[in-house]
Amino acid sequence: MNPVLQLLLEGGSLTTAQMAQVAGISTAEVEQHLEQLKKDKIFLGWRPVLDLSREAAAAASVRAVIEVKVTPERGGGFNRFAERIAKFDEVESCYLMSGAYDLLVFVRGGSLQKVAAFVSEKLSTVEGVLSTATHFMLRCYKEQGFLLDDDADNSARLTVSP
Amino acid sequence: MSTDPKKWVAGHVASLPKSGIRDFFDLVAKMKGQDVISLGVGEPDFVTPWHVREAAIYALEHGKTYYTANLGLIELRRAISKYVEEHFSVAYRPEDQVLVTVGVSEAVDLAFRAFCNPGDKVMYHQPCYVSYHPSVQLVHATGIAVPTFAKDNFALTAEALRAAWQPGAKILMLNLPCNPTGGTCTREQLEKIAEFCREKDLLVLSDEIYSELTFDGVHTSIASLPGMAGRTIFLHGFSKAFAMTGWRIGYACGPAVLIDAMMKVHQYSMMCASIISQEAALEALTRGWDNVCRMREQYHRRRDLVVRRFNEIGLTCHSPRGSFYAFPDVTGTGLDEKQFAVELLAAEKVAVVPGQAFGANGAGHVRACFATSYEQLIEACNRIERFVAGKRPA
Repeated sequence: MNPVLQLLLEGGSLTTAQMAQVAGISTAEVEQHLEQLKKDKIFLGWRPVLDLSREAAAAASVRAVIEVKVTPERGGGFNRFAERIAKFDEVESCYLMSGAYDLLVFVRGGSLQKVAAFVSEKLSTVEGVLSTATHFMLRCYKEQGFLLDDDADNSARLTVSP
Repeated sequence: MSTDPKKWVAGHVASLPKSGIRDFFDLVAKMKGQDVISLGVGEPDFVTPWHVREAAIYALEHGKTYYTANLGLIELRRAISKYVEEHFSVAYRPEDQVLVTVGVSEAVDLAFRAFCNPGDKVMYHQPCYVSYHPSVQLVHATGIAVPTFAKDNFALTAEALRAAWQPGAKILMLNLPCNPTGGTCTREQLEKIAEFCREKDLLVLSDEIYSELTFDGVHTSIASLPGMAGRTIFLHGFSKAFAMTGWRIGYACGPAVLIDAMMKVHQYSMMCASIISQEAALEALTRGWDNVCRMREQYHRRRDLVVRRFNEIGLTCHSPRGSFYAFPDVTGTGLDEKQFAVELLAAEKVAVVPGQAFGANGAGHVRACFATSYEQLIEACNRIERFVAGKRPA
């Protein structure tokens, strides 16, 4: 496997210079690997993982998960709907699912009203959408691998031990 | 009447030397609050995986707070037996050939107490884990240190064993991969050692606590070689591969009559290992293998990083085939290992352990544990580089 991809999969937050050290290659080579991963559409980009509940200015933002049922199209299946829905700026992620509904859509908006308006005015009016069920998120406990209240305490660990 | 309480300490305990690790620990402790990067630890930086911790909590919630059988929970012994057969190719009966102990440390102590008469001779390779020689002294036996060398990647050789052997030698203590050197033996090297043990009729105590952390080649247990299971006590535990140091849980496997002798000592001194730790160990063995592999992959990359950097810096360092320790030669700096460690700590706030803490054959080396994050390792290597550059003659 691409050594840079391996390090990305470990989920740390190394700089390219640190990745170069760990993988035993030059920083330029790390950049090249990243470029190649981008070209191959494996590496899509960087995003910070944030706990916005701690930031007053952003704390008002609302997230919701929406289950969407659609009628699959002859020739296109679910793809055309999914790609169309995914293009809205409010949509953070969009997945085709097995089971009781077809698409699972993660949405973020500035307020409850804004998210509600997006669902009623944009999402549910897309042709072929049969129904939506919107679940607002109340509290987050773990975000993309990060515990929000990580109480792990290493301070009592011995600094020198046999 | 005033009296000196020292007089009540047994002579052989009073004469045990203080651990070199302890000295260095005190030195590092004085720098608390400063930005010290410690490569001086002997444990994983990973916290025990949550599914294992959760299983222990579940056991507590369900009232598992009592003694277990002296040998340990039968479910755990069955899991150990299956694990050892699958991973080490030796079969042990869970009913009478497996003993669950309080860490491998207890198992080592039990073995010496169960098998050594006063004056018996125990061979062990050195540099080695700090407790082997004191454990031998505590049972009034005599240790014979067999040197291992950087030129052999600190593998134990049958030649060195033969050269050190003395009449009356009864036990050979092995720790492969080795703390502090990371040295281990290939199957061919082990076969020669096994042949030597059969020739000299030695009982082997094989502490294989780092075996899952073997990066190059496949780990072979000496117990799996022809004719060796009957003269080997296989010692293992959960501390390193499963990141469970504080749980203090390990085990010994071997011929029933020998396990029974160890169990006798265990039942009178310890009774049994903690049931909570046994429950956690059972969970680790049953569902923990993916985590072991994930952690091993990361240690492997960290090893490559540290060994490469040390050699670039000018500290000659063999690539340890296993464990999470690098053991570079620091004599190129003009310092001995103690000066190097003390001065490095004072100047750059990086803690490594002087090699002589692991016996005289550790002279000229320091132990650097790479079970810490990439960021910390890179920063530690940068600091060591600066320190070494300042020591070089202009």
